[in-house]
Amino acid sequence: MTIIDKTADVPAPRGAGDHEGPLLEVRDLHVEFHTREGVAQAVNGVNYTVSAGETLAVLGESGSGKSVTAQAIMGILDMPPGRIPKGEVLFRGRDLLTMSPEERRKIRGSKIAMIFQDALSSLNPVLTVGYQLGEMFRVHQGLSKKEAKVKAIELMDRVKIPAAAARVNDYPHQFSGGMRQRIMIAMALALEPDLIIADEPTTALDVTVQAQVMDLLAELQREYNMGLILITHDLGVVADVADKIAVMYAGRIVETAPVHELYQRPAHPYTRGLLDSIPRLDQKGQELYAIKGLPPNLLKIPSGCAFNPRCPKAQDVCRTDVPVLHPVTEQDGGELPGRGSACHFWKETIHG
Amino acid sequence: MPDVTNTAVTPEAAAATPAAPQLSKKPEKSRSLLQDAVRDLVRRPLFLIASGIIFVLLLMAAFPTFFASADPQLCELSRSLQKPSADAWFGYDARGCDVYARTIHGARTSITVGVLATVGSALIALLLGLVAGFYGRWVDALISRGIDIVMGIPFLVGAIVILNTFRDDDGFRTGGIWGVLTALTVLGWMSMARIMRSTVIQTKQADYVTAARSLGASTGRLMFRHVLPNALTPLIVLATISLGVIISVEATLSFLGVGIQEPTISWGVMINQSLGRIREALHPLLFPAGFVSVTVLAFIMLGDAVRDALDPKLR
Amino acid sequence: MGRYVLRRLLQMVPVIIGTTFLVFALVTEMGGDPVQNLYGERPVPESIRVALTAQYHLDDPLPVRYGYYVSGLLQGDFGTSLSGSRPISEMIADAWPETLKVAGIAFVFEMVVGVAAGVLAGMRRGKFLDNLVLLSTLTVIAVPIFVLGQTAQIFLGVKAGIFPVSGTNEGFMSYLLPGLVLGSVSLAYIARLARASVAENLRMDYVRTAKAKGLSPTRITGVHVLRNSLIPVVTFLGADLGTLMGGAIVTERIFNIPGVGYNLFKAIQIEDGPALVGFVTLLVLVYVVMALVVDLLYAVLDPRIRYA
Repeated sequence: MTIIDKTADVPAPRGAGDHEGPLLEVRDLHVEFHTREGVAQAVNGVNYTVSAGETLAVLGESGSGKSVTAQAIMGILDMPPGRIPKGEVLFRGRDLLTMSPEERRKIRGSKIAMIFQDALSSLNPVLTVGYQLGEMFRVHQGLSKKEAKVKAIELMDRVKIPAAAARVNDYPHQFSGGMRQRIMIAMALALEPDLIIADEPTTALDVTVQAQVMDLLAELQREYNMGLILITHDLGVVADVADKIAVMYAGRIVETAPVHELYQRPAHPYTRGLLDSIPRLDQKGQELYAIKGLPPNLLKIPSGCAFNPRCPKAQDVCRTDVPVLHPVTEQDGGELPGRGSACHFWKETIHG
Repeated sequence: MPDVTNTAVTPEAAAATPAAPQLSKKPEKSRSLLQDAVRDLVRRPLFLIASGIIFVLLLMAAFPTFFASADPQLCELSRSLQKPSADAWFGYDARGCDVYARTIHGARTSITVGVLATVGSALIALLLGLVAGFYGRWVDALISRGIDIVMGIPFLVGAIVILNTFRDDDGFRTGGIWGVLTALTVLGWMSMARIMRSTVIQTKQADYVTAARSLGASTGRLMFRHVLPNALTPLIVLATISLGVIISVEATLSFLGVGIQEPTISWGVMINQSLGRIREALHPLLFPAGFVSVTVLAFIMLGDAVRDALDPKLR
Repeated sequence: MGRYVLRRLLQMVPVIIGTTFLVFALVTEMGGDPVQNLYGERPVPESIRVALTAQYHLDDPLPVRYGYYVSGLLQGDFGTSLSGSRPISEMIADAWPETLKVAGIAFVFEMVVGVAAGVLAGMRRGKFLDNLVLLSTLTVIAVPIFVLGQTAQIFLGVKAGIFPVSGTNEGFMSYLLPGLVLGSVSLAYIARLARASVAENLRMDYVRTAKAKGLSPTRITGVHVLRNSLIPVVTFLGADLGTLMGGAIVTERIFNIPGVGYNLFKAIQIEDGPALVGFVTLLVLVYVVMALVVDLLYAVLDPRIRYA
């Protein structure tokens, strides 16, 4: 079920002679966590694709399964308590989930890299940044310590850290938040991977620094023609950078769309709610909209559409039938490529 | 002395550093931390075993005659070192005293000393740690150096010197529980005070304390209403664990001949008496030593379980 | 860094003065008649009483007497023992090497076995080895050390004949069993500390990063987790070394090792005040110096402290 297709004409993927089609394809992925309270269903059948040079933004509240999906792709879920009962993660056509741990390890970092939210805790506090950057080259390419350090300085230059040569032996806590996130980016970039997963890369940063870091990320992505999965809960971050968006709720994708269409015409009440809750200058003085209720308990996901207890438009069918991701079309049946909505009443939502 | 003082600190408790937030894999629930902890505790087998043991020990200390009908002071040399039997479950010691009766009656002394010394040193620690952590500056410097100074005294040396001053009118060491109690209290509060001080400093900087302060809460209210209740957990955990250790130290002092002596019965006294004839019979040693070990174990397990349950970052 | 050392050195001074003063006061003041204490339990002839009073400045108030003592210390004079009238510095020179031999064995034992057991248990939390380590360390902690020492002596020394029973006549073997007994309690603490620390660090975000970098599990634990986990362990080891070097009253007494602890205990028993104060002064010095070393070690191991 590949609903999301390439939305823009992108250059052909690098070094992918043996594989046609998307760089990464996630198919019907399920992830659950076995806790003392029961089984938490974190991801319940996620599908998406990313092509080289393309940016997919995955949007959702905390607990929506967006980060867990990413960790499942990376193969860094803690298992147990995590478990992947079902699904495929095809990278260049090969299923990562069935590979041997050793094969997967070699792909991690070199072909698929990840950037985490909190750079301070995500970097090892007792090792210099130069060591941590150089480690990529030493482990994956067998470079010597000295060569790796030279490469590390190059990388730090690459992500515009001032006085890189002088700071290569500094420790993470000696850098500012923005600089630390640049180091995280440099580390992900080190081996020029085909795909980068950025998990809330700017959430912990000041607004001004956020823009700088996002711009840097976008610039490097264009330059290396990488695929990028940008995980965020911030609609503002997404608009400028992403090509297409997947909105997640309770472990499912509830809406997919090319980025600008989603903003203009959401086809799912949840997306609409998210958009309506952005403060807008032209509505100053009015009460700000908020989606009522709380995110669902993953141990007890509501029957039918998981969003139904919070949905202003919920009908009886929403409490009984799980909506599939319907292809979204124009009112006259004209195709809207790349659009889908998991709402029984998507027509009313987008056209009504 | 490494023999004993090491055991007064639990490195795990002292070295706990803040852990990073974990993946949000669990949904939030509207239960309080305490409720959570209690729910969690009653599901831990170790906690249940430990509290069961402690409960029985406390019963023994309170009502020894209910557990043992034999007279612990009735000794007949004719039955010296007899093995355990149906008459005397734990056998007889070298002087022909009933080991079972003495072990049960010894529980009262050992546990009383352990509980009182722990409560005493925990109170000292609480007061000094709270004041040092809350006021900071020279008050903290003064108290911290004070802690350093007392910590610099080797535990057993300090205890022996203090015990030397407890003498009766004829100049003999009294061998009662008061000297031991004093020594253990005076020399046992330092690590707890350090823990208390550092948790108070941490708590003081928490946002809700700043909030209360900016709302104009008085110093006393801040200290006792906002800081103290939230800074107590590590102290209580450490105190629970050291309670067990103190019981073991009490026995060590008896072994060195400076602690509790006959006619008071304690496990330490019994162990010490049994050592002389250890080559001939093991049971007079085995039972009191076993009781000490089980008691220490129970308190350490209890402390561990409580800490794990109250420590949200470990879930 | 230099300023930090200087500040810590300055902080040491009041601690050394405070501790030695406290012990000095406890020994000379609280024990009743100081002359009687100095002279032992025999009746004191009046001439000797006068001489002793003069020699030990007993008519002066306590702080002044302490001042005399410290000025002697600064000239390397620890004073003279009452029993046998030996210079205390000579007694220390005899006793300390004995203590250091036992302490060395204990230290190596607790470090090697303790760290290895703790790290392995922390990596396999909840598995068989972990439970084994938890249980055995708890047992060692729970059994009073003199019971441990005495039973080891009886079974391994007297009955099995593997080790010399007591004394120091058989070289290395004489110190081995006391060292193992002495080290066992700290070993248990070190194993538990290392286990907790490794387990805690395995949950840290930087471990996730290391995994995402495609590092091998060996490298993740060996380089990333160990470096972080061993910081508290190393500092504990440092502090423990300070305590070990101060002698062990119980162990040395059980195995008849004429070390610092043995001498201390004897001094207390025969109420040899000067010897007691002398040995305690040594202990305090060792303890305080080791505490400083530990602080510096901490700063070396954890860069976050170094530049704070």
